[in-house]
Amino acid sequence: MATIAEREEVAAPAAWHWTRVRNNRNFLGFWFMLPAAAFLLLFLTYPLGLGIWLSFTDTRIGRDGVFIGLENFVWLADDPVFWLSVFNTFLYTIVASVIKFALGFYLAILLNNHMPFKAFIRAIVLLPFIVPTVLSAIAFWWIYDTQFSIISWSLTKLGLITENINFLGEPNNARASVIFANIWRGIPFVAITLLAGLQTIPASLYEAATIDGASRWQMFRHITYPMLTPIIAVVMTFSVLFTFTDFQLIYAMTRGGPINATHLMATLSFQRAILGGNLGEGAAISTAMIPFLLGAIMFSWFGLQKRKWQQGEADD
Amino acid sequence: MAGVEIRDVRKAFGKTPVIHGVDIDIADGEFVVLVGPSGCGKSTLLRMIAGLEQITGGEIAIGGRVVNMVPPKERDVAMVFQNYALYPHMTVYDNMAFSLKLRRAPKSLVDERVRRAADILNLGEYLERYPRQLSGGQRQRVAMGRAIVRDPQVFLFDEPLSNLDAKLRVQMRTEIKELHQRLRTTTVYVTHDQIEAMTMADRIVVMHDGLVEQIGQPLDLYDEPNNLFVAGFIGSPAMNFIEGTLRRNGAAAAVEIGDGTRLPAPPVNGHADGAKVVYGIRPEHFAYGNNGGGLNAEVVVVEPTGTEIQVMSKLAGQDICAVFRERHDLTPGQTLGLSPALDKVHLFDAATGQHLRPPPST
Repeated sequence: MATIAEREEVAAPAAWHWTRVRNNRNFLGFWFMLPAAAFLLLFLTYPLGLGIWLSFTDTRIGRDGVFIGLENFVWLADDPVFWLSVFNTFLYTIVASVIKFALGFYLAILLNNHMPFKAFIRAIVLLPFIVPTVLSAIAFWWIYDTQFSIISWSLTKLGLITENINFLGEPNNARASVIFANIWRGIPFVAITLLAGLQTIPASLYEAATIDGASRWQMFRHITYPMLTPIIAVVMTFSVLFTFTDFQLIYAMTRGGPINATHLMATLSFQRAILGGNLGEGAAISTAMIPFLLGAIMFSWFGLQKRKWQQGEADD
Repeated sequence: MAGVEIRDVRKAFGKTPVIHGVDIDIADGEFVVLVGPSGCGKSTLLRMIAGLEQITGGEIAIGGRVVNMVPPKERDVAMVFQNYALYPHMTVYDNMAFSLKLRRAPKSLVDERVRRAADILNLGEYLERYPRQLSGGQRQRVAMGRAIVRDPQVFLFDEPLSNLDAKLRVQMRTEIKELHQRLRTTTVYVTHDQIEAMTMADRIVVMHDGLVEQIGQPLDLYDEPNNLFVAGFIGSPAMNFIEGTLRRNGAAAAVEIGDGTRLPAPPVNGHADGAKVVYGIRPEHFAYGNNGGGLNAEVVVVEPTGTEIQVMSKLAGQDICAVFRERHDLTPGQTLGLSPALDKVHLFDAATGQHLRPPPST
């Protein structure tokens, strides 16, 4: 006796092939994947590839360049401004990330407590993150203004200083000022994400620890922190990537000045490539960021590896 | 080790009172089970003993010391949680050693205590594993191990078996009881499962709506429930309740139900002819009489379990469950003769739910 499938095959062999192809998981999967792949190719791989290619040419605005090998990089290696921007970028990233992490974590723990208007306060905390970067940069610009700075004004009224602070005009002041602005913008992201992580820790663990005799610090040290490490790894990787590649805040506040004291690699790249017209050289500065970014990604890769205690069956 | 005294303890969450004054005296070394339906306040009471909840009113004393204002870690109690609350990032060994390490106990002592507990609970080969790598029963044992290691004055169990499957639950029940017989540590155990309460407890505290309904040894509660709630809560299948009117004829009494049928009743004290009562009888206290004896009920469903048969039947419109040890051949629709064992019948006041005790025998 013929099975149903065999009988269908006899009836319509051509249609049968088509049905089989249509139901093939790989075939379908390919089509479902295609839009996403096209997107990535067009908007990620192409610009990235173009940028890297440009960094090996002497392209200028309005003139196609030729391949010059590593000449741009050799040139940059001798350029003190480039090295200053590398230093600035690291200073900016490390100081801002460490402080964002510490304050963000602290804020997350505070927000995790029961308090009146909890939802409202959490929403307010997100504000710096929601405001467009340029808008907040302009606000900070006014706060740091040499003549109209509200900080200088307040301190003068309090009698603590006699003349206005030159926030953005003096190299180290300028660095501290932009780092502060970046921290202000970045804390909500760290705080809210870590808060979400905190809320996944079951309350009963804290109760068990209470009965086991743990103090609040010991609970943080032995329960909160270790259980949060996977999320901390993700948040801090993103935070570092965002900070390292920051452009808007600096460009809107200082454009890299004074005397290049706040130039980050991203702003220097823009200045050399677009404003200066040296597309090849600018691209080389951007390309030089890639190894550092890869390093940060590797860090997250290893940070995100499942820890031993997360393996095995789910716990409920 | 120590006893636990609970004196007129009250608890309110905000303005909502949930426990309305509870008195329980737990002797040193006793295994007491708090049982009741969900929301009766049994877990809250346990958490107050542990110190996880503030006591709104009254006093709790552990080993003679009033602990109302004593923080949990100084109460010297250990608790096993319903979801075990094992620290997922610590090995079994570290989970059990955690409390001792926090007290800076010497390493050798920690090791000795952990290994002893692991021995008692057969966890020896799992000490280096993480909780996720264990089965439900093993996790349960680790949670108990964490409590044993502390060598506390009181063990507190908060529905520890409800996350386990039925077979494992029976097995762990035995293990916990055995553990108690071995360690003799005062134990307060909370459950909503009356079978757990019956099988494990030295004494059971039945709670309902924030009040204690009755305290007593398991079989005493079973044989002599104080009120309708305890009678209905303890025992499975549950006691049959039939509403009716008391008919007295001198010392003899009967309960008349809907269609005029009179159920034979034991003599009662005080209540007058015509009082509204509830007639209670457990399913196993019917004698089988298919030759016209007793009450005539109509068989609805027959459920053989192997050791017994449960028969659901209708008597004057009311559901009656009966259990027979013998294998009777019954079919739905058939008429079944049921003879209640007179000395096992309980009468309750329909209004107050209180048990009507028989007159003192002279």
